[in-house]
Amino acid sequence: MGCDGAGWVGKGLARKEDNRLLRGRGKFIDDIRLHDMLYLKFVRSPYAHAKVTSLDTAVAEALPGVICTLTGAEIANQTNPFIEIGPDPFARIKDYPLAVSKVRYQGEPVAAVIATSPQIADDAAELVQVDYESLEVVVDGEEALKDSVLLHEEAGTNRVWQGIFEYGDIEKAFREAAHVVRIDKMHFHRFSSTPLENNAVIGQWDPKDEHIYYWCNNSFPSFAMQFIAAHLGIPIDRIRVQTFDIGGSFGIKITSYPQMSVCALASKKAGGRPVKWIETRSEHNVSSAHGNERTFRDTRVALDKNAVIMAIDSRHIDDCGAYPRYEPLGCVIWAQVFPGVYRFRNARIDFSQAVTNKCPVGPNRGYSRMQHLWFLERVVDICAHQLGIPPDEMRLRNYIRPEEFPYTTPNGCVYDSGNYPKMLQVAKERIGWEDWQKKQAMARAEGRWLGIGIGTTLDSGTNNFGQSQIVNPNAPFSGNSQGANCKLDIYGEVVVAVGSCPQGQGHETTAAQVVADVLNIHPDMVTVRTGFDTERNVHTGASGTYASQFAVSGLSAVHGAARKLKSEMERLAAFLLKTGEENLEFGMGQQGPQIRAKDTGSSVNYWQLANVVNVNSAVLPAELYELTLNCRYVWRAPFKVPDKEKKYGSLTLTYASQLHIAVVEIDRDTFIPHILEYVAVDDCGKVINPPIVEGQVYGATAHGIGAALMERCLYDAVGNMLTATFSDYTPITAVNIPNVRYAHIETPSPHSYNGAKGMGEGGAAPIHTISAALQDALFSSGIVVSDSFNNADTLYRAMVARDIYQAGDLVKLEKRA
Amino acid sequence: MPEAAPGVSIQVCVNGKLHPREVEPRKLLVEFIREDLELTGTHIGCDTTYCGACTVLMNGAAVKSCTVFAVQADGAEITTVEGLEKNGDLHPIQKAFGDCYGLQCGYCTPGLMISALQLLKDNPTPNQEQIRKAIAGNTCRCTGYQNIFKAIENAAAKLRSPSHAD
Ligand code: FES
Ligand code: FES
Repeated sequence: MGCDGAGWVGKGLARKEDNRLLRGRGKFIDDIRLHDMLYLKFVRSPYAHAKVTSLDTAVAEALPGVICTLTGAEIANQTNPFIEIGPDPFARIKDYPLAVSKVRYQGEPVAAVIATSPQIADDAAELVQVDYESLEVVVDGEEALKDSVLLHEEAGTNRVWQGIFEYGDIEKAFREAAHVVRIDKMHFHRFSSTPLENNAVIGQWDPKDEHIYYWCNNSFPSFAMQFIAAHLGIPIDRIRVQTFDIGGSFGIKITSYPQMSVCALASKKAGGRPVKWIETRSEHNVSSAHGNERTFRDTRVALDKNAVIMAIDSRHIDDCGAYPRYEPLGCVIWAQVFPGVYRFRNARIDFSQAVTNKCPVGPNRGYSRMQHLWFLERVVDICAHQLGIPPDEMRLRNYIRPEEFPYTTPNGCVYDSGNYPKMLQVAKERIGWEDWQKKQAMARAEGRWLGIGIGTTLDSGTNNFGQSQIVNPNAPFSGNSQGANCKLDIYGEVVVAVGSCPQGQGHETTAAQVVADVLNIHPDMVTVRTGFDTERNVHTGASGTYASQFAVSGLSAVHGAARKLKSEMERLAAFLLKTGEENLEFGMGQQGPQIRAKDTGSSVNYWQLANVVNVNSAVLPAELYELTLNCRYVWRAPFKVPDKEKKYGSLTLTYASQLHIAVVEIDRDTFIPHILEYVAVDDCGKVINPPIVEGQVYGATAHGIGAALMERCLYDAVGNMLTATFSDYTPITAVNIPNVRYAHIETPSPHSYNGAKGMGEGGAAPIHTISAALQDALFSSGIVVSDSFNNADTLYRAMVARDIYQAGDLVKLEKRA
Repeated sequence: MPEAAPGVSIQVCVNGKLHPREVEPRKLLVEFIREDLELTGTHIGCDTTYCGACTVLMNGAAVKSCTVFAVQADGAEITTVEGLEKNGDLHPIQKAFGDCYGLQCGYCTPGLMISALQLLKDNPTPNQEQIRKAIAGNTCRCTGYQNIFKAIENAAAKLRSPSHAD
């Protein structure tokens, strides 16, 4: 096996990306200026639901500097509607990148203006005359399911998908239960991770070669290309997508393919000149993508006499906004974590998804799983409080036990490894649990509202696309894969390309660590290509950066490619040194990386190896002609297609886990919640680069705290988005974030070559934790927390107005034993 | 119909270099820096003066260059991220951000480093509260700020060390 293990993997190597980023030399899309480039501006609907009765672009087109305009009708004439992932009847809807005759959310684009400068494009967009006839609006998922206001007439319903996930014997569990807890309604709010760099595309439809070229910051290009090719009716090989540095995505930039399509069509109309579109922040907040909103109805929980959960029965309604786009995948993706971290075996979840007159959703960090995990954590805390059991004790009684791994969930997912009780113990030690219990008792005696909350969550990584067949049996997707290429260039430089699409996760660094270990050289000697490029020919149809998987799929692909290269180098070196492969040693010599014969000490360097393969091949015997030193490797996740009827099977490969504890005090005068102490314990198996992992934990934690207390996509009853700017949306800042104390444990995954698990999404642990802490602070006043978003307003309403969160209205406890 | 306004002549000194230019009166300083001077290290992240991705030093004070017109910078001295390094050597603040993993995507980083630069000029020994306040106008969506606090503390120490002579 050679010298896998110079020991770079596992070290806190400084990031390769930083040199350019620190100097202001990062290459982001808006930094790119192409010859003859034009600028595109969208004209957007001020209405959430309206008929477009007339649209006149003549005045705009007359403005000097305007090259052309594009309308929805024009696009509908020359393209196919985008693919729908879900089944009929919703597959019948017509989703075009510009509204054709009707708008369905505020900010939906109805036309585009293309001009020689961004300023002229801005001016011209204001000159496009659009008349609307407003329609009744539906902004609530449950309300939408009544179908009294229809968004898509072709579908005849607002119900995108519905299905029942049922396992075990529910009725028996409820018959035998010692306690039954009923929770009327809970709600997970809509928010977005709002990457600091907005969406950005340069598109060129080049008439010379009939290719479309994209310079963009889409974070799942393989997916976007499949949508765009089918929509534009152009062979997929004629679409080149390149990404460079990306200013964050968190899943939000996966669904930018409609805007990408418009840029290509605009370029075509403009005679092939490249067209740049840079989204503004307000456009981003109103009309790029938001996270999924979910309502949990009529929940019943069966518990035994020891408060061990025996069964859960519930009805969930997901709100995906005006167009499904990546949906209805979210209708099954939550099932990757069906029982969360808990042992119950009987459950029935009736899951529906509805369209509403709001911005379409996209797979926002923690996608679809966090909503469900928050629901489960709420169930656990509400049951614990109702039964008078401390929240730590309640969890210990219900956690999947360390000795049960690998653990098969009721729906057939296999949790690879974990140790939740140990994480709880570490977190309690770090926060000083006993101490805080005492302080809490004292605070309560003084009448202060102080709560301690625990959140346990999962970050399932490397998804099985076969789960798409659970929502649509005809979906042509399953498994998961990633490609990488590792080569010696003509002069012997080690160059690596991966199909991932990083946005700050340090892929260049960790990929170099893996390759350095395989070849026993320094990571500085490994060049890792920045960003994604279809013409590197390494990607697969699943390539991109999403679903917490780079450490598994990306680095396994890199590792495979490096090993392939190494074995070619071995054959070649054995020939050049006239010795056997077992006599070779990889390492560093006087002139850099080399391979040495152990017995004689003679060596060849990488330049010599690359030289004979690339430019000096007459010295090679014919049997070595197959060597290219240019090795592509595709890693495939070992998945099967799930059982579509039973909705059963392995849906994800690895399960990183997070356990957070927060101490929160609510100011009795202002009702503002303050975090007094915060601990985050993480387990993502073997860690490739500890400071990078720690940074991801901090980042995910900030997103969760922001979402729990500050950030929401708020709509009024007629579909006006009220948090359309950063000043209204208030992303968390340096003065709002508490000091986060980080700790980690390591339960290696048996499913990856080096024990690593994918991570980064973080399972929204802070949202669960803060909901728990707030409830802990107020439960004695008859409060249960049934919404994931909280601020002074919700807490005032709970405690003073008493119109939300009243335990007596929301929760019923039936004690039978 | 809007008409193209006549250009206004301005002279701005950016990173020690004088730039005489004609600009439209409505052009923002950030657009001038990015488009006219092609210094693309200064970024744009919002449209309501919230995020600080556009922060530059103008006459010694950190300003959000999306909220200043280019014509207002006539005669000003400006430092952008590109002006931090000296002869290829990173400024201690740049080093500290790298050493402490104070960046992920790097989009906010130029603005944050400029805010840190002003803080550390005014206060070489800031406590955490002062650091937090100094960067309250700089949004970072990736790092959760923890490593940025560490980076600024580390930069302060680097700048105070006798080996750093500025
Ligand atoms: S771009 Fe200047 S503050 Fe956001
Ligand atoms: S590092 Fe990405 S926004 Fe700060």
